[in-house]
Amino acid sequence: MPAAESYPDDLRYHAEHDWARIDGDEATLGITWFAQDSLGELVHYEAPEVGSSVSKDTSYGEVESVKAVSDIVAPLSGEVLEVNGKVVDEPETVNYDPYGEGWLIRIRMSDASEVDALMDAGAYRAHVAEQ
Amino acid sequence: MTAEPGRAWRDTPLVFERSRPGRRAGRPPRPDLPVPELPGSLRRSQPPRLPELAEPEIVRHFTALADRTFGVDTGFYPLGSCTMKHNPRVHERLAALPGFRDLHPHAEDEDAQGALELMWNLQEILAEIAGLPAVTLQPAAGSQGELTGLMLMRAYFDERGEERDTIITADTAHGTNPASVTMAGYQLARVETDARGNLDLADLRAKVNERTAGLMLTNPSTLGLFDEGIEEVAEIFHGAGALLYYDGANLNAVVGLSRPGDMGFDIVHYNLHKTFSQPHGGGGPGGGPVAVRESIEPYLPAPVVVRDGDVFRLDHDRPKSIGRVRGFAGPFGVFVRAYAYMRAYGPELRDMSEVAVLNANYVLARLRDAYDLPYDRHCMHEFVLSARNLKREHGITALDVAKRLMDYGIHPPTVYFPLVVPEALMIEPTETEPKERLDDFVDAMLAIAQEAAESPEVLKSAPHGRPVRRLDEVRAAKQPVLRYLFDEHPALVT
Amino acid sequence: MGYLSLTDADRAEMLAAIGVSSLDELFDQIPPGVRFGRELEVPPALGEAELARHLEELASRNVHTGSELSFVGAGIYDHYVPSVADVVLSRGEFLTAYTPYQPEMSQGTLQAIFEYQTVICELTGMDVSNASGYDGCTVAADACFVARHVSDRRKVVLAETLNPQVRQVVKTYARGFGFEVVELGHRDGVVDPDELGAAASDAAAVFFQQPNFLGCLEDAPALAAAANDAGALSVAHVDLMSLSVLESPGAYGCALAIGEGQSAGNWPSYGGPHYGFLASRSDYVRRMPGRIVGETVDADGRRAYVLTLQTREQHIRREKATSNITTNQTLLALAGLATLSWLGPEGLREVGETCLALSQYARERVPLEPAFDQPVFKEVAFRTPMPARELVRRARERGVNPGYALGRDYEGMEDVLLVAVTEKKTVEDLDRLASVIEEVCA
Repeated sequence: MPAAESYPDDLRYHAEHDWARIDGDEATLGITWFAQDSLGELVHYEAPEVGSSVSKDTSYGEVESVKAVSDIVAPLSGEVLEVNGKVVDEPETVNYDPYGEGWLIRIRMSDASEVDALMDAGAYRAHVAEQ
Repeated sequence: MTAEPGRAWRDTPLVFERSRPGRRAGRPPRPDLPVPELPGSLRRSQPPRLPELAEPEIVRHFTALADRTFGVDTGFYPLGSCTMKHNPRVHERLAALPGFRDLHPHAEDEDAQGALELMWNLQEILAEIAGLPAVTLQPAAGSQGELTGLMLMRAYFDERGEERDTIITADTAHGTNPASVTMAGYQLARVETDARGNLDLADLRAKVNERTAGLMLTNPSTLGLFDEGIEEVAEIFHGAGALLYYDGANLNAVVGLSRPGDMGFDIVHYNLHKTFSQPHGGGGPGGGPVAVRESIEPYLPAPVVVRDGDVFRLDHDRPKSIGRVRGFAGPFGVFVRAYAYMRAYGPELRDMSEVAVLNANYVLARLRDAYDLPYDRHCMHEFVLSARNLKREHGITALDVAKRLMDYGIHPPTVYFPLVVPEALMIEPTETEPKERLDDFVDAMLAIAQEAAESPEVLKSAPHGRPVRRLDEVRAAKQPVLRYLFDEHPALVT
Repeated sequence: MGYLSLTDADRAEMLAAIGVSSLDELFDQIPPGVRFGRELEVPPALGEAELARHLEELASRNVHTGSELSFVGAGIYDHYVPSVADVVLSRGEFLTAYTPYQPEMSQGTLQAIFEYQTVICELTGMDVSNASGYDGCTVAADACFVARHVSDRRKVVLAETLNPQVRQVVKTYARGFGFEVVELGHRDGVVDPDELGAAASDAAAVFFQQPNFLGCLEDAPALAAAANDAGALSVAHVDLMSLSVLESPGAYGCALAIGEGQSAGNWPSYGGPHYGFLASRSDYVRRMPGRIVGETVDADGRRAYVLTLQTREQHIRREKATSNITTNQTLLALAGLATLSWLGPEGLREVGETCLALSQYARERVPLEPAFDQPVFKEVAFRTPMPARELVRRARERGVNPGYALGRDYEGMEDVLLVAVTEKKTVEDLDRLASVIEEVCA
């Protein structure tokens, strides 16, 4: 079953429909319910390499449905520590659980102050309402 | 497989499944000569598993597949931007004349005078239609014509010592335009469409500068609308020293009515398979000749067909040419058909475009109240409706409308394109349809709009009368099966 | 005009429905400054009978393969096209449909493409084939674009024994890809694997042809290994009609196999339309250009076919697409499928063996020195005692076109003649070639 719409309060959000869960100097990244709903069932996740670096506001990978492809935009900069292999094998995991099992990468942040520029859940909900 | 009424239509085995070891059709000649031994490492180790059938089953197989295919010969096919017009049968007979079909492309020019004259005549007519003097027939299709055009721009600016790296395309452009821009090594900039469906001139002025190599534009656009500001558009680009490229996908709207060269375009491609009735062949072949202004002529791909008095020849000696984009001088069989089509019309090619526009406007007039019309103007040869009213009110999408049309024996229009219109239905009737077929289509579309309100589930589960129902496209993409797997292949019905 | 159906009454009724009084009103949107104010200056309209006569007259002025005994090949070959190919080419449903965007309307085309992909994979030993490219030249440019996406290197190596037109097209495209193109010379008609390996050390891809343009069989397994060891994509340009007797590129480890499909099922047609094929190992499936058909099921669980992995393509990925290709050469590819189904594995092997036998016979019988000491498949290059073009001219005066003068493409080969056979040639044809050459060289 695809997940129901939600934007958890403990996450920070980027306008390109990406979320970040902050844990010390590390962060887990993924795409929001709105992003997966716009794309439809995901069939492919083009992941970055572990050890590569991602930079805020630029693409670090792609997710695809049958008829659409979308860049995944990094909400924060840092080094890729881990890629979610479950999503590589079963991309639809993102549709079922975008904020849990459907996470995409884990990074070590290179500039923790970037977090301040991200939206909280309330601001992001308002952003989605305008779409 | 057990017998079941209707199964022959629904389930057609693969040619490999009709195959039986030891059967064969073709028996090539075998001269009474020894077959030399090849070095072991060059010799085939595993024979290819080609199908093994006698001729009757081969013929039946392809006939069964043809039965499961819908063409213009079958019925109305208003696939927007593809110009699915009637394909005269005499073309097939003419392209198969031994003097054309069996002519080797390495033939000396003096042995190919008839072919070269045909190509030269075709160039002349194309030049007159575009209002531009020089033509290359070489590109294999529209998208290759686009790429050729961009390469010509680069050669033009290179010689002038100008470094320009950006091409501007419209937000309504076919995907081929941005894809060609990347393949040609250019950067892409996008210009928006204004509320009337013309290019947004303010946005355009802000984006054109000394780095701009040119514009790629379809006119009429993929919305089926002629750009009313085209003269200003040309001024903006030429004023900045940039060039204009005309994507001829929609040329069928304006032949004899307005010429790209007169609109200010410097480079034009034609789609011979759209405007000039080369049959589309389930995906191809096509032909994508390109016409240019005098100043760009030196860079055309080699060879080009030239005339010296009464003699025609291929000119390979073109030192400034961008090079070759395809083998030989182009898809000659396509030229035979396109030339025959043009000669059948003569100057009345103008009627072709006029009737294409009349047919489209008639269908538009009859459908405008049942569907959303995002740009309320007379259209050219095609128009774009939106099913967003049906989606809002009944949860019926453009895809549902498309699938339901199949049950009325009509090929769906192009859907979800152009991207600027949500739930888009892009409808191009072409000039060769009689009024009754247009009325059939309109009646079907009106009935579907009614069904959307009364029995939406019928639309959601359509089509009901085709050999297959809607497909699981997610499975096709996630677990790709792209070839027959022989012993490991899934059964016909799972 | 017999292609238009509207009567005057239809027109009047339609204009009324639109709410305009004349057709001209529909064209108000065209600014007056760009309206075309005169009649097109093109030749007058012809009825079908006159049209047929005009084109028949043009066709009659061409000297075609049926009007002289010809041994010209050099990329386009006079193999037999069976009548079953006409079944595909003449069925209106195949002929007049377009790209199968709506699978429920086009299961026949889709299934046939799926079968074509399978045949190409079987012959080349590859995992994936697309639904066809424009021709044997442009698929090489496509393969370069694959290499550009999978490699950081910015150079391609082309064996000089690769078809000259293929090399020219790659060079034309390479500029936009940001690729440097390096050509590698031959030794006695073939490429040296060590030299190829050295050139490949900083190359994204290496292209060679088997059998090569000079007619010789390369040590293709060694070339592929040298390219692979150097970290370059190995791309073999092959002839479908040879792949029952010659080893498949997949078996000797190539990354991609490409080629001109004309020899299998298409007429020469003065250069087209034909089909190019492009197949790869499964590693590169997401970088493949063009249409690909996949198998799936419908809502009832029945097997069905559909265009798949479309996110590679221009209509979705736009400027990031794997190619700009849209229209391809499906109809010609399906004629190829019908032809190869008609031949079957036995028939194709016999075609291959006949080519081998006849080219060996030509080598022994033609009173000229073979130009290269290499095994051949269906073309043999001979040294000529006069410029090869002059020999061609003189032989043609005697009704035999003896082959292709390689000096047209290769400097220093002005005295090399490339003689092509197919299974359509006979021992008597080659005897006649031999005696004509003997006469003109006497």
